[in-house]
Amino acid sequence: MKFKFLFLLLVLLCFSNCKEEKFTLTKIEGKQIPITDSLELDPTFDAVIKPYRDRLQEDMNLVLSYAPETYSKADGDFNTAIGNLMADIVYEQSKDVFKSRTSNDIDGVLLNHGGIRSIISKGNITTKTAFEIMPFENSIIVVALKGKQIDSMMHYLARAKRAHPIQGFKLSIDKDYNIVKAQVNGKAIDTAKTYYVATNDYLVNGGDNMNFFARNEGEYPLDYKIRNALIDYFKKTDTINPIIDDRFIQIK
Amino acid sequence: MKRRDFIQQSVAATTLVTLGGFGLQSFNAAPRTKQITILHTNDVHSHIDAFGPEDGRNANLGGVARRASLVERIRKENPNTLLLDAGDIFQGTPYFNYYGGELEFKLMSKLKYDAATIGNHDFDNGIDGLYAQLPHAKFDFISSNYDFKNTVLDTHVKPYKVYHKDGIKIGIFGLGIKLEGLVDKKMYKETVHLDAIETTQEMTRILKTEEHCDLIICLSHMGYYYKNSPNKISDLNLAKSTKDIDLIIGGHTHTFLPKPTVAQNSEGKNVLVNQVGCFGINLGRIDFYFDNDKNKTANGTSIIV
Repeated sequence: MKFKFLFLLLVLLCFSNCKEEKFTLTKIEGKQIPITDSLELDPTFDAVIKPYRDRLQEDMNLVLSYAPETYSKADGDFNTAIGNLMADIVYEQSKDVFKSRTSNDIDGVLLNHGGIRSIISKGNITTKTAFEIMPFENSIIVVALKGKQIDSMMHYLARAKRAHPIQGFKLSIDKDYNIVKAQVNGKAIDTAKTYYVATNDYLVNGGDNMNFFARNEGEYPLDYKIRNALIDYFKKTDTINPIIDDRFIQIK
Repeated sequence: MKRRDFIQQSVAATTLVTLGGFGLQSFNAAPRTKQITILHTNDVHSHIDAFGPEDGRNANLGGVARRASLVERIRKENPNTLLLDAGDIFQGTPYFNYYGGELEFKLMSKLKYDAATIGNHDFDNGIDGLYAQLPHAKFDFISSNYDFKNTVLDTHVKPYKVYHKDGIKIGIFGLGIKLEGLVDKKMYKETVHLDAIETTQEMTRILKTEEHCDLIICLSHMGYYYKNSPNKISDLNLAKSTKDIDLIIGGHTHTFLPKPTVAQNSEGKNVLVNQVGCFGINLGRIDFYFDNDKNKTANGTSIIV
């Protein structure tokens, strides 16, 4: 009994003691450290990477074309030089194969701004550049859409307030993001007509909430990766020259 | 029976500690500071090599082998360090297209990452592609609001984990972005996305009241803030609407912050929100100092950013 009491006392003492041992958060320091070339390379890491890197570089360093400037998807409000280039390339590389398969013409292209994954740096464009811009394995699909769905697409673009790359379409919005003018190849949208829009499988399957693609009149996969379209276009183009134009603008 | 043994043993041990304490207590207040260092990356996107000198924006920045020497130096300075990643480990350089994420996981394991959460691009080779690379990852995957029960990842991802460093308990949970409309369903399959706020309430309750953590960290791949959709769930909105989180390490929006953000939670207490851009260009470093000296603890927590 006596022992039990002693134990209890000791336990109580311990608790009061532990309380004094309690550590409390008193200070937080936060910062960001840039990884610059003043830090030395850890050679044991480099040794692990090297065999992987050597195999890649054989393919990646092939020079395909030349960029006279640096192009970024951040340069431009509703259309960007790099986005226009990508949409134009998808059109250029798809139109003949689509025509020969279906005897129809591609009316326009819609890609997504988020799908431009890198800038194009001034200088040589290599296989690596194409991988950086389009690292994903997405392929080109042509979708048949009624004019009514093209109308939904235009409203989507006006609301999205982003420079989603387009080709063949023209869209002007006012300062409140209302549509002022929406055209397909210079003509007003005919709600009864069927249009053929080239895009990628990610967007057709609801990516970026582009739900207007779901109600379509047919899908025509070209089995042609966007990245391969870029590589093929770069190979046949000595110097690229993309510009910001008036395909999608806001009138203030 | 076993339990009784345990109680008796612990009482005996306590006795010793207490007796030990008696003699010294009078003149040994032993003020001590414990330092916990949290290092973090996000959206590294397979950037294993540094950017080349010709890169238009990030020339000569980044690279895993350089990050390794920096992390090593900080660990020597303070062994009580955790290294964390907020997702989108995969996708962005041909290393991923060629090798499927194997090298990313191998290098993170060699860097001794403690934990990572899962970003939308980590599903880019499908949930099966992520699963296939798990044998190369010697660190924990933590995600609290992706329910993987009906997928191959079931049991391979923890909802939370408590790490012990120098007697300090650090509870970590993870939040992922809504996958619908962002990732093709055939990639994430039967993964179910749960509400971030409700999940956080549950996680902080467990980590605070059941696990008695001294520090609670959320690894988030939800994005810092969406100024065109201010009501969309984001790190800043999460910080504001919940309590008991000390630090939110973010990702997804590739946000470069001039310094970590000090936000206020639902109780008016400070929450640190940080994100370090993308592509392994920066390493985030947050140091937490704990004191047992009453003179210091009485003044609350100071934040230096």
